[in-house]
Amino acid sequence: MSNISNTNESAGGNLTAQALREGFYAGLVSLGLFVLFVGLETTQNIRNELVLHQRWGLLAVFVGIAAVGRFLTVAYLRPFMAARKAAATGKADAEAEESFFKRNFSKIAIVALLFYPPLMVLLFGVQGSLKWVDNFGIQILIYVMLAWGLNIVVGLAGLLDLGYVAFYAVGAYSYALLSQQFGFSFWILLPLAGILAAFWGMILGFPVLRLKGDYLAIVTLAFGEIIRLVLINWTEVTRGTFGVSGIPKASVFGIWSFDVGAPNNFAKVFGLPMSSAYYKIFLFYLILALALLTAYVTIRLRRMPIGRAWEALREDEIACRSLGINTVTTKLTAFSIGAMFGGFAGSFFAVRQGFVSPESFVFLESAIILAIVVLGGMGSLVGIAVAAVVMVGGTELLREMTFLKQIFGPDFTPELYRMLIFGLAMVTVMVWKPRGFVGSREPTAFLKERRAVSGSFTKEGHG
Amino acid sequence: MAPGTDTATNTMTNDPILTVEHLSMRFGGLMAINDLSFEAARGEITALIGPNGAGKTTVFNCVTGFYKPTMGMITMRQKGGKEYLLERMADFEITRDAKVARTFQNIRLFSGLTVLENLLVAQHNMLMKASGYTVLGLLGLPTYKKASAESIDIARYWLEKAHLIERADDPAGDLPYGAQRRLEIARAMCTGPEFLCLDEPAAGLNPRESLALNELLRSIRKDSGTSILLIEHDMSVVMEISDHVVVLEYGQKISDGTPDHVKNDPKVIAAYLGVEDDEVEEVIEEIEEIEGTQGGTQE
Repeated sequence: MSNISNTNESAGGNLTAQALREGFYAGLVSLGLFVLFVGLETTQNIRNELVLHQRWGLLAVFVGIAAVGRFLTVAYLRPFMAARKAAATGKADAEAEESFFKRNFSKIAIVALLFYPPLMVLLFGVQGSLKWVDNFGIQILIYVMLAWGLNIVVGLAGLLDLGYVAFYAVGAYSYALLSQQFGFSFWILLPLAGILAAFWGMILGFPVLRLKGDYLAIVTLAFGEIIRLVLINWTEVTRGTFGVSGIPKASVFGIWSFDVGAPNNFAKVFGLPMSSAYYKIFLFYLILALALLTAYVTIRLRRMPIGRAWEALREDEIACRSLGINTVTTKLTAFSIGAMFGGFAGSFFAVRQGFVSPESFVFLESAIILAIVVLGGMGSLVGIAVAAVVMVGGTELLREMTFLKQIFGPDFTPELYRMLIFGLAMVTVMVWKPRGFVGSREPTAFLKERRAVSGSFTKEGHG
Repeated sequence: MAPGTDTATNTMTNDPILTVEHLSMRFGGLMAINDLSFEAARGEITALIGPNGAGKTTVFNCVTGFYKPTMGMITMRQKGGKEYLLERMADFEITRDAKVARTFQNIRLFSGLTVLENLLVAQHNMLMKASGYTVLGLLGLPTYKKASAESIDIARYWLEKAHLIERADDPAGDLPYGAQRRLEIARAMCTGPEFLCLDEPAAGLNPRESLALNELLRSIRKDSGTSILLIEHDMSVVMEISDHVVVLEYGQKISDGTPDHVKNDPKVIAAYLGVEDDEVEEVIEEIEEIEGTQGGTQE
């Protein structure tokens, strides 16, 4: 293949001939590979006899894809990539000018998010906007917030936490149970859920302080499972697998309520037609505010000594101790502050669903949140937000792809393939960008100019 | 120093900053340090030398709290007269309260943080207090802003001293080796220590960098009054800058005194050149012949 770059200068026909040749070989190789696997199928008939089916058509499809794919790669894709690479190195300085969008990305994104619900109402009507605001907006923002919370523990402090969903569960159940038992409102229970989750973060933190890397990950994983099993088995309090239902809705600081019967119902006060969409739009702004709070606190904390100590801890724990940093309290604060945001998100989750059960807090949730943090680029808020949009929005989008049913038949449910696509996307991103979408790190202080630190210098942390 | 002076009294300074008494450290069956006692004088540079495996780094790790010694007492006396028993303190407390800072044999920088950030992390405890343990700082109170500006000034001072000011905004992992060594020393100095422990600061440096290091260490002692304890293999550094040398072999002290005294000590020569035990006497005799004077002080 080394002669491919040389062929750029020679005639295009040369390249086509080579592409044809390589395509032919690829077809031949795939024919050899698949002729027995795909071309012939053995099944048992009703009398338990082995019957040989011939599937030449399918085999032809396989071979065709390989041959045509190889041809297209060699003839078009490779020269295109090479040309783009050459162009990219050529206009390195031009990039600095056109990065207005990049520089102000977060501001533009926040403004876009603020106008998102009204835009959806305009486009799809009050009732039609429900799906877009709830399924996409709120769902993605919950994951953004959770991933930003976990980012403090994993991305900044470098402590691998596989049981983050436990704090999410603590927050959700705190709201669900306390609001039902004592009738407290959402605005009292939101901070309380955060405090309780932070408390549990400390409880987890203490025994695992001595552990590092893989060992820490296993213990946090176990912690997540313990919380879930307690929720399942402590039936007198949590009602076990039935979950807690009928969780009261949140109100706009007690001024307007979203309960249908209430005299100060939001829609009634403003003379609007009854719809659950207003509540969802309110929830959208609520989770947006919570997520932005998480981001704000993270940004502020990074510039504080504690945030720098977290990052230093990720880089080298022994050096930290030699500088007089108490690594025990530093780790505990990372765990508890990360857990606190998980708790906030959890109580929001309970208020949004109106129902919580242990089903919602399985290990897969922890894995998805961690995957978002890793894909986004550990420590980078923007990267993580992008990763959450891609991952969560992508899987939600699969539900919308009903046209696929016309291709694959009515039994085809695209969302069942979401884990497959999720995994494929992760592998692709990790090959393409091993440090996540945003691999570089913004320094927290500078003397002359702020220059991003390349991802090749930062460490992932080992404990 | 005249060879005839008694070396035993020489080590007893009037104002020791660090006193190590009967220090022993056992790893399983191995006695890494065996009943070691020495003193480091305030305002001086004390060097700890010895062949590989003599237990120098173990002494360091005991002094800085990374190891808990099996036996012995390590006393640190601050300028104000306050005393700390280091063997009872946790490693981070030794830096924070007793004001003893250290560097590492294999450089331990925060490679993903910029050079400036490395120095700011070192001022953690000062900034932590100023920020009201994060709470007040999070609210944006001016005390933290002032302390933050001061911490950058301190960092700038040390960056200039270590000739790293041009690279302040580069990641620490991007610096060349010699600069990383200087940065590690500057970072240790940013903790505001009274006693600085350097583990082989000249290892891997070329002669020019080695000279720059000597200059840096001298100016640290002169300008900030910090006493220094260093482990070093590079004899040009040891003999050039240290006021007092302690020689270890197999976890025991074999010599203690000024560089000149140690240089001519037959036990030290034997330890470095590696002679059989029964040949030590011969070596001593040879040296006595060369010097043409007596050797009675040795036993």
